[in-house]
Amino acid sequence: MHEWALAESILVSAQQIAEQEHLVSVSEVTIRVGELQQVEPPILRFALNQMRQGLLLGAKFRILKAKTTLKCRVCGVAWVYSSKKLDKATAEAIHFVPEVAHSYIKCPKCNSPDFEIANGRGVWLEDIKGVKRSD
Amino acid sequence: MIDPRASIIGERLAKTGRVVAVSSGKGGVGKSMVATALALGLAKKGFRVGLFDVDFTGPSTHIILGVSQDVQPKEDKGLVPAEVEGLCYMSLVYFVGDRPAPLRGVDVSNALIELLAVTQWGQLDFLIVDMPPGIGDAVLDLVRLVKKIEFLIITTPSLLAFEVVKKQAALLGELGMPIIGVVENMKQDHNHSPVIEEQTKKLGLRYLGAIAFDPNIEKAIGHPAKLLDTALGEPITNLEKVLLGSEM
Repeated sequence: MHEWALAESILVSAQQIAEQEHLVSVSEVTIRVGELQQVEPPILRFALNQMRQGLLLGAKFRILKAKTTLKCRVCGVAWVYSSKKLDKATAEAIHFVPEVAHSYIKCPKCNSPDFEIANGRGVWLEDIKGVKRSD
Repeated sequence: MIDPRASIIGERLAKTGRVVAVSSGKGGVGKSMVATALALGLAKKGFRVGLFDVDFTGPSTHIILGVSQDVQPKEDKGLVPAEVEGLCYMSLVYFVGDRPAPLRGVDVSNALIELLAVTQWGQLDFLIVDMPPGIGDAVLDLVRLVKKIEFLIITTPSLLAFEVVKKQAALLGELGMPIIGVVENMKQDHNHSPVIEEQTKKLGLRYLGAIAFDPNIEKAIGHPAKLLDTALGEPITNLEKVLLGSEM
């Protein structure tokens, strides 16, 4: 379950940010997951809820999806990625390391593997809300 | 927007004793062969050893080890490296097979951070990292993200290789990174020149000896049990002693 490892990194990162921001508790963490990595929000949420501690103990996790846009560096065409046409093994490889998309996906116009993952790569921490220390 | 992955890398390597990056400014000097042989040698001595191939665009340790395509890491709250020849082995090859991985710098960084963030190495005495050539993204990212990394530099007797090694040593020095020393690989029988040794010492670095050029190494590719029976054997034993502090 790759989602568990990512959840752990989200929790550690959110805790660090909360401490830097002098929060005494975190009420909500907003996470953005890019379609390219095909992270399963229910598994991610379950892992987050299972492992949360410290300032995040009472936090609600808001998980938003982001479309993946790929942009060819050769011909400039941009397109929205869809995992639907990929076989299971390929989709799984991209799930573990999204950059391996360059080994499987080509520009629909010029067939180049030299494209930029412009948006929606993986997991991002978008926002943290909480109660600030009053001093 | 914050990328959370880097924050967990220290934790992933918390149970790893030493992280040794086998590297060179120059390509084709035998980094992968030395990294693999060193990892195998340490494992043979009973240490728990990981081998991480971060030469994403030109991986070769899987060929040296003869890793078959059905070997895969296990999923358990991340990725648990497969056990190959007694090593905990991780490579991008698991995910791309024989396909080329045409990655630009930003993609190399992202793939490296991803694998560092999700790989569950567990308890290791040594993590040997087979680096790509040069002083680009992989070096800079590992220096930034893996606080306990140390560098073992490989050169050949060629001054062309050593000139680039000098740049690498200067960079690592400026960054305050520990350099274990310099290994002179592929030394020909007729070449008794002490130039590399002298130049290494001039840089204030430790010369860790030469590995003789051995055409039989080619025959050991894919047969890891034979690797330490080649000219790599004795110098690798000496390198193990250096790492273990029991000297050459």
